[in-house]
Amino acid sequence: MNTESLPSIFINTLIVNNFVLSMFLGICPFLGVSSKKETATRMGVAVTFVLLVSSVCAYGINIVLNYIGAPYLTLICYIAVIAAAVQLVEMVIKKYSPALFRALGIFLPLITTNCAILGLALFQTQKGYNFVQCLVYALGAGGGFTLALIIMAGMREKLELADVPDIAQGAAITLILAGILSLAFMGFAGLGG
Amino acid sequence: MSDQQGPPSSMDVFLRGLWQENPVFVMLLGTCPTLAVTNKVINCFAMGVSVMFVLVMSGLLISLLRSFIPKQVRIASFIIIIATFVTIVDYAIQSISLDLYDSLGAFIQLIVVNCIILGRAEAFASKNGPAKSMLDAVGMGLGFTFALLCLGVIREALGNGTLMMDTPFEISLFGPNFAPWSIMILPPGGFFVLGLELILFAWLRKRREQRRAQTAQA
Repeated sequence: MNTESLPSIFINTLIVNNFVLSMFLGICPFLGVSSKKETATRMGVAVTFVLLVSSVCAYGINIVLNYIGAPYLTLICYIAVIAAAVQLVEMVIKKYSPALFRALGIFLPLITTNCAILGLALFQTQKGYNFVQCLVYALGAGGGFTLALIIMAGMREKLELADVPDIAQGAAITLILAGILSLAFMGFAGLGG
Repeated sequence: MSDQQGPPSSMDVFLRGLWQENPVFVMLLGTCPTLAVTNKVINCFAMGVSVMFVLVMSGLLISLLRSFIPKQVRIASFIIIIATFVTIVDYAIQSISLDLYDSLGAFIQLIVVNCIILGRAEAFASKNGPAKSMLDAVGMGLGFTFALLCLGVIREALGNGTLMMDTPFEISLFGPNFAPWSIMILPPGGFFVLGLELILFAWLRKRREQRRAQTAQA
């Protein structure tokens, strides 16, 4: 059992070990949908939501798999259940809150193949967190993802006015920016204790 | 490719993944593991070989089963097939070298959600025969490994002054007075090196196009 305190887990995943900038999880959506602040916020909310759901699922699966003694099925079960959970969440939201569905819209199905989701499930198992710790971990990871996405979107909106050389446009300049951002986030190392 | 007529030959299928449609540099797929594991050359090899194995095996199986898998559930079936092979790789690496397994961390298991593999399964293996699918998978796998090495060699050489660190073949590049540029093996280095390499390739492509335009004029 891991006895890390809840605030420490939260700060650690939110800033110090930011999923995007220091663990390289979820880079694809980070590069793909970070061109506008509004979409970035929505994507962040959607990912946080799915992270929470899949964290709970993964916690349950882990107990069941340990009980029947089949840890080698972990990966297959996680990915299958996460994919199913995302579909289910999508259907439920569509039925009960069309407004939220329109807001999250196309992002929900894309999230299934976001490595942050599976990464979170694997890490929480590895670290042996209990149920509450898992939830806080998921919240911190989602918050960190949203934070990185929004900062990046803000920078890219400014970048549209800048005079970027032809060959560096698009992904290249975004990656360089992400590198600088990641450098800045390294300054937080040691904050979470 | 607009100038190609008819179905591409086997050689084209193989070479396409290596350069023209290189998964990392051209299609920007699978960037997460690319950035995460390229701080050591040996990690790049291990990751490249693992991805290639999963690509080839899942490509083979998917193209053999392509007429049995109903269209509606194909993505789910592909993911289950891929996850099975990733589990095999995961346990294999664990038994071959625990150090390597530790330094690659969760990224071996995260091959499941690597867009390259699902992308090739959907775009190629589910539409072509087993032989061609395997050829395509090997090409893409080599292309991915090549891209990883492009980053890994630079990052390890600048960040640690060595090549093949943590292996019996370790080579020290710059002698004992080298002060390592440790940012390069830390996360920001990954972003910088990939960004700069993309700029380099864009520059090369632009220059080649200009030269072609000049010869066309002349």
